Amino acid sequence: MMQDAFVQLDGVAKRWNGQLGVEDISLSIPRGSFVALLGPSGCGKSTTLRLLSGLELADEGRIIIDGKDVTTAAPSERNLSMVFQSYALFPHLSVAENVIFGLKVRKVGAAERREKLHRALEITGLLGYEARKPGELSGGQRQRVALARAIVANQPLCLMDEPLSNLDAKLRASVRKDIKKLQVDLGITVIYVTHDQTEAMSMADIVVLMKDGRIQQVGAPESLYYRSANTFVAEFVGSPPMALIEGSALPGFERAAKIGLRAESLRLAEAGQGRLKCLVSECEFLGSETFVGLTHPAANGLTISMPGLQNIPTGEELEIDFADEDLHFFDADGNRTNHMKRVSA
Amino acid sequence: MAKHVNIERRRQAIYGWLLLSPAMILLTAFAFYPSLATLWTSVFSRDTRRRPSEFVGTENYTDLFADPTFWKVVTNNLIYAGATIPLSIAIALVMALWANSKMPARSFVRTAYFTPTVLPMIAAANLWLFFYTPGLGVLDQIGSLFGLPTVNWLGQPETALWAVIIVTIWKEAGFFMIFYLAALQTIPEDLKEAADIEGTSRFTYTRRIVLPLLMPTTLFIMVNALINSVKLIDHLFILTKGGPNDASKLILYYIWEMAFAFFDAPQAAAMTIMILVVLGVVAGIKFTILDKRTHYQ
Repeated sequence: MMQDAFVQLDGVAKRWNGQLGVEDISLSIPRGSFVALLGPSGCGKSTTLRLLSGLELADEGRIIIDGKDVTTAAPSERNLSMVFQSYALFPHLSVAENVIFGLKVRKVGAAERREKLHRALEITGLLGYEARKPGELSGGQRQRVALARAIVANQPLCLMDEPLSNLDAKLRASVRKDIKKLQVDLGITVIYVTHDQTEAMSMADIVVLMKDGRIQQVGAPESLYYRSANTFVAEFVGSPPMALIEGSALPGFERAAKIGLRAESLRLAEAGQGRLKCLVSECEFLGSETFVGLTHPAANGLTISMPGLQNIPTGEELEIDFADEDLHFFDADGNRTNHMKRVSA
Repeated sequence: MAKHVNIERRRQAIYGWLLLSPAMILLTAFAFYPSLATLWTSVFSRDTRRRPSEFVGTENYTDLFADPTFWKVVTNNLIYAGATIPLSIAIALVMALWANSKMPARSFVRTAYFTPTVLPMIAAANLWLFFYTPGLGVLDQIGSLFGLPTVNWLGQPETALWAVIIVTIWKEAGFFMIFYLAALQTIPEDLKEAADIEGTSRFTYTRRIVLPLLMPTTLFIMVNALINSVKLIDHLFILTKGGPNDASKLILYYIWEMAFAFFDAPQAAAMTIMILVVLGVVAGIKFTILDKRTHYQ
């Protein structure tokens, strides 16, 4: 596993005069994978990406890309391309000049430049826009120019810093698919920073969830979802996030500090038959289903997913039921513990 | 209904004229009228006690063209403009690029560069008089350390104009630097980062990205520098008074002399009109031809 790592970080740390940067980042990324660095703002995901790119230098630890120690190497020596959140297009240059800027810098011949430009514009669907300036393009088109610039560099590693955050929701969904397809078609390794867990879960092979400069959990999207390492992961991943219930509120599970429950594990129960009595706080209609938010004095974020349109008045009492095997258990520090059996009183 | 629309339309028209009037009144009183009056004066002869002023057409202009001092002054001013415009812009750019980089005491450097701009031109000229004075001046004192002979920088025709030019560049460069500095700070940081990822050298980045993005500022500064090369003559009064032998005389100084030392207002008016025409044409060229090749954000 460690041998075929394409990108490897070993105990990397970065601090800004006392301010928190990132701390003890160790990661091993296989070649050709799509990795999402996920976390709330200020968690150090962008810093990690900038450390990888060489735009910032690590205070501690080692960074290895493709078998080469690049900890102190300049960005251009790391054989990578980057897509910026703001796209970082040169405003005075046309689309074509923006895309081939790096090729010109590296003194690639004119014929080869033209060929690569054509291919990159074809992939990104920008043919016919060569002569436009970035200011004359829509947000989505600018974003594709930034992608084309990364494609044309033909580097095995591409870093993306929240590339979709400036797009509207509808466009975001379609570009998400395009980027994923691109990564698979070109066979490149992508490291992708986002604060949007939907983006991370739907695109990535590996999700790295971070908080306060530290990695919380690394794994496939499903392992973050089904085996959240701690309460932070549980509450960050999934839409709606996992509900957390005090162990003391569930008879038979008093030994667990917190018990997690996903919305899809909840069932409505007949009055008097349910395991928790809750009050309805809101209804969120999503078309095929309705998320009904529930409040309970010992629980946080309880949501039940009900089919179709449901219009339950706020404050109505509902009883819910769930199976023991759907419960997630966390100790007093918030870390995941083994599944518990119900202890009969 | 139609009546109401008419009233509304008239109200809009009055509103428009009211907005326009302050600028129109001020420009008319202090720019358009003086220009026309100058043009008017320039086609009449000088009013003396013996001979009253009369219409002479272009005679004042032909007299000027026949005046060798006029040509000397025009040549001086061309050299003055040709040296001060590019040099002050180049120095301003270099200083701005430096003052914009991450370094200690950055604000001190910026303040130091900007100081000459804050000084009145007369004060600056007095300061430079102290540098240039033969024997006692700083330049000569330094020169004497290396055994160089005393030079009367301001007192000899070969060096007087250049001494004046250097004072102007020293004065202007800091001012222009502020414009460049402001423009540099509008260039997003991530453009540099994107260029870094591609392995762009600092030189290439400056040439291909920074300079084109600074073009609007450069254009603005060029027009200002051009106007200053005609306008900025305060230091002549302190340093050389146009001498020796007209070697450092600039056109505006000559106009002032013509009008207030020789009391030949029509000649002064004719020269003023020519300056106006030349400046107008050059500004027109800059804003039409160069504008097309400039990227505005």
